[in-house]
Amino acid sequence: MSHASLTPQRKSSEPAAPTPQLPAPQPVVPTQREISAEISAAHARAAEAVTAGAAPLDHPPRNFAPYRSSVLRHPRQPLVRVEDPEAAELHGPVFGVTDVTDLDADLTRQHLGEPLGERITVSGRITDRAGRPVRGQLVEVWQANASGRYAHQRDQHPAPLDPHFTGVGRCLTDDQGGYRFTTIKPGAYPWRNHDNAWRPAHIHFSLFGTAFTQRLVTQMYFPGDPLFPYDPILQSVTEPAARERLVASYDHALSVPEWSLGYRWNIVLDGPAATLPDPEEGS
Amino acid sequence: MPRPTPSQTVGPFYGYALPFPAGGSPAPAAHPGAVTVHGVVRDGAGVPVPDALLEFWQAAPDGSLTGHPGSLRRDPVTGGFLGRDGVHFTGFARVPTDADGHWTLRTLGPPAATPYLSVCLFARGLMHHLYTRVYLAEPPADALLDALPADRRATLLAGGEGEGVYHFDIHLQGEKETVFLDFDR
Ligand SMILES: [Fe+2]
Repeated sequence: MSHASLTPQRKSSEPAAPTPQLPAPQPVVPTQREISAEISAAHARAAEAVTAGAAPLDHPPRNFAPYRSSVLRHPRQPLVRVEDPEAAELHGPVFGVTDVTDLDADLTRQHLGEPLGERITVSGRITDRAGRPVRGQLVEVWQANASGRYAHQRDQHPAPLDPHFTGVGRCLTDDQGGYRFTTIKPGAYPWRNHDNAWRPAHIHFSLFGTAFTQRLVTQMYFPGDPLFPYDPILQSVTEPAARERLVASYDHALSVPEWSLGYRWNIVLDGPAATLPDPEEGS
Repeated sequence: MPRPTPSQTVGPFYGYALPFPAGGSPAPAAHPGAVTVHGVVRDGAGVPVPDALLEFWQAAPDGSLTGHPGSLRRDPVTGGFLGRDGVHFTGFARVPTDADGHWTLRTLGPPAATPYLSVCLFARGLMHHLYTRVYLAEPPADALLDALPADRRATLLAGGEGEGVYHFDIHLQGEKETVFLDFDR
């Protein structure tokens, strides 16, 4: 992993010699086969733990080495539990009509022309762990265009940008916790985690609950994508049933005749607010 | 009970979607009580993290935890951002780190009952966000701080840098690793 281990070491007592022109150390790029083997091993360990009586994990472990960027970016100390009923985190930010505009939920109408690609509707309900709707909260999405390119300067994938598509949307949930976006189906794209690494098509989602502890950023995938088994980000969710919860279903009833194909994706926010009384009930 | 939707990394490309103008300045303009808090996010090798996103949530100075809409206040004419309204305190801030891993927040000091800024941290490489807290001053008693050993406790205390300016670095891993929090059940 570390470049340092590839650099010739010189004992500090030795006099400094003229620096020879060494070739730059080549970073070790893992193959898909190596990454897939690491994923399989991680899944096997997780399955063994469940067999031994551990609760299945709903979320990815913070250290998931097949996704190389996690290696230096996860804490090694255990998280410190906070059980204070007065904690500020049991409340959270609120948003309203001033925070969204009418066009935000239709990613195909944000420019003068129509974006290229397959027009889709993505809709679903957001609830807490008790099944109660998350009402009037902010939902944010971002995604690549139909060719698999983000409108981000650091995305160097040589696929075309679409002048009619930025790929950013927002909405507030309705009284049933419902959300709905019109967009185009994003393309798969390559990345540099390992050799020949490709992300399955996905839409990034950012969600707020009634408590800051319910905050969720995640990714929605499309059913039947052949790239699923190769992707260390989706596979970082080690529990198969939990992984399935990240995949939308095609819903013919959501398809709009002669307009768009419909995908349904319901979201359940984690967090201890599920044990708090509903602010709209009782009192 | 339904099972929760798993977390997935924010990835490297949220930059044109999540940050918004004045995201790091919840303090109403010209408020005399505004404080500045800033710092650097570092990884386990001590390298600054240039693609982290920090969110802050806190009580208003009067103790209210209801928050207020309008953090992202929008212009219905152009679809752009108007910035905050300059009057209401939303309690919410969102700041991406810059190319040096540095972030700056301009907010109002929290009340004595909840004397901290709650932080939710996202970044490429984080499978799941991390929560921590910034205490601008040592409270006389605090259930979380008082349960921590001294060196760990220190990671949650901001350093004063003069009138109304505080410094708070976040270390994702390593010797100076910041205390990260778990609120589940
Ligand atoms: Fe992505």
